[in-house]
Amino acid sequence: MKRRSLFLNTTATMGFIFLYAPMIALVVYSFNKSKLVTVWGGWSLKWYGELFRNDQIIDAALLSFKIAFISASVAVVLGTMAGFVLSRFRRFRGKMLLAGWVSAPLVMPEVITGLSLLLLFVAMEGAFGWPAGRGTSTIIIAHVTFCMAYVAVIVQSRLSQLDETLEEAAMDLGAKPSSLFFLVTLPLIMPAVISGWLLSFTMSLDDLVIASFVSGPGNSTLPMVIFSKVRLGVSPEVNALATLMIAVVAIGVTAAMYQMRRQAKLLEKQG
Amino acid sequence: MTSTVTIEPQSDSVPAASPQTSKMPLWKQEGAKPFLRIENVTKKFGEFTAVDNISLDIYKNELFCLLGGSGSGKSTLLRMLAGFESPTSGRIIIDGVDMAGIQPWKRPVNMMFQSYALFPHLSVEENVAFGLKREGLDRSEVKQRVAEMLEMVQLGHLGKRKPDQLSGGQRQRVALARSLVKRPKLLLLDEPLGALDKKLREETQFELINIQEELGVTFVVVTHDQEEAMTLASRIGVMNHGVIVQTAEPHDVYEYPNSRFVAEFIGSVNLFEGRVIEDLPDSVRIDSKDAGAVLFVNHGISCAPNQKVHVALRPEKTQISKEKPEGQQNCIKGIIEETAYMGSLSVYRVRLASGMEVRVTQPNTTRDLGARLTWNDEVYLYWDEDSSVVLTS
Repeated sequence: MKRRSLFLNTTATMGFIFLYAPMIALVVYSFNKSKLVTVWGGWSLKWYGELFRNDQIIDAALLSFKIAFISASVAVVLGTMAGFVLSRFRRFRGKMLLAGWVSAPLVMPEVITGLSLLLLFVAMEGAFGWPAGRGTSTIIIAHVTFCMAYVAVIVQSRLSQLDETLEEAAMDLGAKPSSLFFLVTLPLIMPAVISGWLLSFTMSLDDLVIASFVSGPGNSTLPMVIFSKVRLGVSPEVNALATLMIAVVAIGVTAAMYQMRRQAKLLEKQG
Repeated sequence: MTSTVTIEPQSDSVPAASPQTSKMPLWKQEGAKPFLRIENVTKKFGEFTAVDNISLDIYKNELFCLLGGSGSGKSTLLRMLAGFESPTSGRIIIDGVDMAGIQPWKRPVNMMFQSYALFPHLSVEENVAFGLKREGLDRSEVKQRVAEMLEMVQLGHLGKRKPDQLSGGQRQRVALARSLVKRPKLLLLDEPLGALDKKLREETQFELINIQEELGVTFVVVTHDQEEAMTLASRIGVMNHGVIVQTAEPHDVYEYPNSRFVAEFIGSVNLFEGRVIEDLPDSVRIDSKDAGAVLFVNHGISCAPNQKVHVALRPEKTQISKEKPEGQQNCIKGIIEETAYMGSLSVYRVRLASGMEVRVTQPNTTRDLGARLTWNDEVYLYWDEDSSVVLTS
């Protein structure tokens, strides 16, 4: 092994400080006893208690989890289908269009995605009365739209690495294409599907910009509530809430990464 | 439909080495019905013709090898039999049924893939059971047939393992068991031994022949390995550029190749170019500049007078000696340029006056080093008049 150079060590340390110091500060201050956010007044769980007594925040959190769960689940189904079509159908009319559509939400600024979805919803309501107003369902539709793009990309890359003779072997042994998908293809891309779900879940939970555009009155998600609270001045409660969110997102991302690593190992074995 | 297929060995005294039975093979019998008939099949990918108007009859219980280099169209032909590709034109008839429009999952055919294509998420037992479950058989029968099949390939004790916990040879046998358990009428094998090391390959070859005899399934094997084809096959079809150049038993393909391609593809050969100067019904004389002599072959050929032909001579059928032999019709002179001692035999490269290099192999029948030929020795090469073959194409 080569000895790590001073330069590398310094860079790594700086990077870690840069990335994690704000979060650590936030976590530490969430246990602050003082009412003033910037003044340390000793350790306490007081603000966590306050948080759980705050109905507005609890409702928003429940709504966010519900939206995240539904969006991730729908996005996984649609995204897997899109990924399958993109990798398995060699050439068809509109393939470029589909590929573009899949990658568009990945590169498009959220403000634009949000705005265009809002315009669409308003136009649709005007044209045939659905969706009536904006609320939970419009947020879900919007989140599905950008989450399924991520799922499609993950699934497509997994499928392109998958040995196609496995599918031929299944056909040869008497499996029709429909049962073949559920018996062979799906189990083999499962790690990618699961990591797609976890990624979608955390992204939906995190989203502020798009949700702000397409939500209606009384349907504020957790990030929206936090943002509006912070604008009125940071309360220590928000620190506690943010700490909890960091925990949830960290668990989600770690699980997604674990799935991807497992998938990489599976591929190695297969190869 | 499956009445001819039994799992039990038919007798204990099945000869191991040869798939031929004592009675005359079907392909030699007049009017025998082919089991698999390939009729003028052509397959084009865009402008490229992968399989070019092939017609071939394969009979029941045959172990037929399609032998050819990469890009010869052998795999494409196999994939058409399995139903993964459909012919551009021509017909494929299996056991009297035209396969046109019949999907892979409905064909009475199974395939063993080169990569084995075992399902990595299923255990060995589940892999083998996969095809039976698709037939909707009840659980007890599936279980019994899987167990029988795994027993036959000697993997009964590994049923619960996943494919990645098996060695290459074990995986190969799982793949074989999985493709045989449905009792197909026709088994297609794509380079079945390609991924095994040399020693294992030799053992497995004989195992494969035994299993084929036991089950009485017709095998079509694709391979690029001529040794494999020679050991396994009842007949070999040598393929080149999408056509079958020669179809014959292994012995005939080697001893009586019908073209320079076949002679050179299977084994090694010395080819002397020359012109026919005497063409009798049962012998020919050929004047060869390459050999620097008139060569005599004791079989008749059909050719035009003065036609350019090649005399093919196998290295092991060529005698080599320092003394001029008595009464040999075919005798040429040269200088040893290189020798290689390979234990059981020695290989000599002899340079003729014409500049041509001739390869000679001789068994090492004595341990005496002194008698052995060496570099720069002037030698005579000679062979019997029935040892060489005249090739007109």
